[in-house]
Amino acid sequence: MSVPRYWREIPGRTRLEAQKCSKCGHVIYPERLRCDKCGGVLLEPYTLPEKGKLLTFSIVRSPPSNFVKMAPFVLGIVELEDGTRITTQITDIPVNDVSIGMSLEAVFRKISEDGDSGIIQYAMKFRPAFR
Amino acid sequence: MKPTSDVVISGWGSYIPLYRITVEEIARIWGKSSRHFRDDLLIDEKAVAGMDEDVATIAVEASKNALSRAKISPKELGAVFVGSESKPYAVKPTGSIVAEAIGATPRVLSADMEFACKAGTECLQCSIGLVGSGMINYGLAIGADTAQGAPADPLEFSAGCGGTALIVGQKEKVKEPVALLEGSVSYVTDTPDFWRRPKQDYPSHAEAFTGEPAYFAHIISSTKMLLDELSLKPSDFKYAVFHQPNGKFPIRAARSLGFKKEQVEAGLLVPYIGNLYAGSSVTGFSAVLDIASPGDRVLVASFGSGAGSDAFSFLVDDGVMSKRDVAPTVMDYIKRKQNIDYAIYTKFRKKIVF
Ligand SMILES: [Zn+2]
Repeated sequence: MSVPRYWREIPGRTRLEAQKCSKCGHVIYPERLRCDKCGGVLLEPYTLPEKGKLLTFSIVRSPPSNFVKMAPFVLGIVELEDGTRITTQITDIPVNDVSIGMSLEAVFRKISEDGDSGIIQYAMKFRPAFR
Repeated sequence: MKPTSDVVISGWGSYIPLYRITVEEIARIWGKSSRHFRDDLLIDEKAVAGMDEDVATIAVEASKNALSRAKISPKELGAVFVGSESKPYAVKPTGSIVAEAIGATPRVLSADMEFACKAGTECLQCSIGLVGSGMINYGLAIGADTAQGAPADPLEFSAGCGGTALIVGQKEKVKEPVALLEGSVSYVTDTPDFWRRPKQDYPSHAEAFTGEPAYFAHIISSTKMLLDELSLKPSDFKYAVFHQPNGKFPIRAARSLGFKKEQVEAGLLVPYIGNLYAGSSVTGFSAVLDIASPGDRVLVASFGSGAGSDAFSFLVDDGVMSKRDVAPTVMDYIKRKQNIDYAIYTKFRKKIVF
């Protein structure tokens, strides 16, 4: 990912900042110029909840080159407490212990490093809720 | 030292990674006996950061816990300081990553502090100064490390990962103060007991020199100076937290100052998670706040190689009770653990190069 793109996406990726359509109430994440449901352009700032449940997942064993050192890892679709569904990595759990329906919470983590001299990219992942 | 207006701790929070490696597992690889580490140095296992963790991620989780307990908006923070010797970038502040991730930007002062294991309390001293002078309402001081130990080096058995965030505020403005700062001192000399030169992956140390002229001379002097300035004696304290490179040093320092073992035990975490370096003394303090009662007096004394020690005296207040359950305690994190073998450890700690 380019530095400008990473920088632009920091609020959404690291603080789960999203938008809510003031016409139909649809939650838009990541940010867009128009509501992807009704096409509305009046979008309010909205922060996603940090807790949810795992809807489905896949274990990634053959990742793109930037993620090889992280393999194996779990890519999941998490349904947040407000019903919003997001695609995210599941962390802090052996890949074979991941199960559909488990309670998860958001954690700020490292996503990848752009080689040894590029930037380090951070974003929210989800881990099993432990408390 | 004492600020012109009273300063209190308004929130505290820690983070310790999930993974642990035992001293037996490290000893197995190098054909050494684990007995010295377990019986003399009192280290059972140490915390290890996962593949997707570094000082920035540790600092962010600790800070969010501290913010929950402080019950303030991140926008009220006037300063975010990160103290560490394992910064993710050699050049680029960790503080800006943390400040952005917790939502404290852009009207905020931020910097990374470095003074080996004393960097966390250095952040605390600076935050106290800014808050106590009225320049800012709240300051966030973080001590965190993913400490490096060279393979087979004695430090490999103790260098752990984790950290703590402390939020300080003006006594007048904090509704539920956690602990009042009674005073602090800093004691610094040029003592080269431990160092890391540029582009070196692992630190070097002057072996036995790290004890008497470094750790003990500094931490004992700073504590004596503090007790002198505040006209207090060891028996006035319920708890005492000393920097914990191992279990032996803080107990010996405490004893020679006249503190009892019971005063030190609550904050002694090195058996479970190893030496958190810049996170060590502040995480010990955090564990004490997790169990302390209003009226308890707490001594916190850090040590940083190079060398120096910051010592603080805090008087615990009512907020400690109402804020405790808002975030996970240090013990919650210590109990949440998964042991790994040396092979996975080398992968997590980037000792495999490809
Ligand atoms: Zn809409």
